[in-house]
Amino acid sequence: MNDDIGLPISHWRRLWLYGVGALVLLFLIVPSLIIVPMSFSGSTLLQFPPESWSLRWYEAYFQSVEWRDATIVSLKAAVLTTIVATPIGVAAAYALNSGALRLAGIVNAVLTASLIIPVILIGIGTFFLYARIGLNNTLTGLVLAHTVQALPLVVLTVLSGFRSYDMNQERVARSLGAGRFAAFWQVTMPQIRFSIVSGALFAFITSFDEVVVSLFISGGETTTLTRRMFSALRDHIDPTIAAISTCLIVLSILLLSAAQLFGRRR
Amino acid sequence: MSVRPAEFVSRGVNADALKADARRESLGLLGLCSPGLALVGIIIVLPIGWLFWLSLFDETGQLSGANYARFVEQASYIRTFLTTFEVAFIVTGLCVLIGYPLAYMLSQLPRRAASICLIFVVLPFWTSVLVRTYAWLVILQRKGLVNNWLIDLGLISQPLPLAHNFAGVIIGMTHILLPFLVLPLYASMKAIDADYLRAAMNLGAPPTATFWQVFFPLSLPGLAAGVVIVFILCLGFFVTPALMGGGKVIMWAMRMEQTTSLYSNWGAGSALGVVLLAVTLGLLGLFRRLLGTRAASVWGSQ
Repeated sequence: MNDDIGLPISHWRRLWLYGVGALVLLFLIVPSLIIVPMSFSGSTLLQFPPESWSLRWYEAYFQSVEWRDATIVSLKAAVLTTIVATPIGVAAAYALNSGALRLAGIVNAVLTASLIIPVILIGIGTFFLYARIGLNNTLTGLVLAHTVQALPLVVLTVLSGFRSYDMNQERVARSLGAGRFAAFWQVTMPQIRFSIVSGALFAFITSFDEVVVSLFISGGETTTLTRRMFSALRDHIDPTIAAISTCLIVLSILLLSAAQLFGRRR
Repeated sequence: MSVRPAEFVSRGVNADALKADARRESLGLLGLCSPGLALVGIIIVLPIGWLFWLSLFDETGQLSGANYARFVEQASYIRTFLTTFEVAFIVTGLCVLIGYPLAYMLSQLPRRAASICLIFVVLPFWTSVLVRTYAWLVILQRKGLVNNWLIDLGLISQPLPLAHNFAGVIIGMTHILLPFLVLPLYASMKAIDADYLRAAMNLGAPPTATFWQVFFPLSLPGLAAGVVIVFILCLGFFVTPALMGGGKVIMWAMRMEQTTSLYSNWGAGSALGVVLLAVTLGLLGLFRRLLGTRAASVWGSQ
């Protein structure tokens, strides 16, 4: 890799580029981060910087039964989605990586289809299907729909983990008498486990942050946090959402750092 | 390197047995994929196929193209399409305009500095779209941060209409989609061999000429990948226009939601979805043909 570019252009002459780049980076990061101090505001007006500080919006969030229930539903869905999507994704990535799979191109395209198909179409489609088999407003329906959306991320993450692993090690294990599954579990798995964990974390966050499909298929008892936030935002701008947003940003940072940490250790 | 079982299959004594073994192996691997394939088949392919079937019938249950004819006959649908494409072109253009310099800077920075800057791109990428749309609402609304600051500074006397209109949708969507352009573009720029640039400069090309004649053309495939992704995502974007558009900016996805949820007109809503999917796949197909790249590989570069 071209780690050191080493072109005869001084940093001074590149100053404009760094300036533009820094501005764009600020544009990307500031909107999310500006919410954090505002969520500690003491007034009902969202101000930056806030004139007084308090935890009242966090209290409003944690003491509201509706918000708490919605958060629990989202957490449940995300945990279950992770549990379902990870093994399915790892199995598919294993098969895709082996190179012996026929129609691998088609299999890959189908498994990653949800990245390309407009989410709104998936939302309307699943709602239409669930209405007929009674899965609307159920946790099962939610988990299945989220699994389909999380699957491509697990498959792609684990596939990239396989790329830096030599499959011959598993073959050696099998030639020495290990069964198929034992060879995978004892030899391959430990070496790609970090990419599996990364994939699982991506699955979790995909489910937890999912809005559009949940909008259609969740409701009543199983209203997700994002669905409730969406409805709340359509009415008025409630500062409680600033507190919830801050929690979501912290969650993203934690999961992403964990994924980075595991990703680097392959 | 993985050795394909098929490579063992030669004209030997065991040819038939080996061939059968390879077939068994392949079937077994297909079995491993089957839970995923079944799930995608049931949750995505089946309902979409069903919706497509529905779209072929009019309200009286007769086979007809009425659901599709509507798109060219009714002015409101035409306006929706025009709005959608207008937003998609503007947002994609803005993403290129501000995303290219950022990706270029990232690709030229030393590795450590670049990976720190990349956090600023990846973190918003993994932050909920709702959170980011909410942030923009807070910043841009009538009594929002921008208007308050501008009024305090005495630059304006009346608040500017920034949210709940076209401008708000453009700003919010550009912010949300920018990482989708920057990440593939950065990956493709990192893959450009710096020796090409050194060679050009050694041969006497000034930095500007080196950039435009060597670096820029080499970065075009990555740029095209990013542009296609951003454009496609724009066409089907729902959350930001629904929340930031103030009911004035009706885009394709919103129209689909309204026709199905509000008016329960499944035929018309399905037809909208079918056309959206066709346009999306058509653009991807065109892109693959032009560049010979696998569209999925772009996603893998995150």
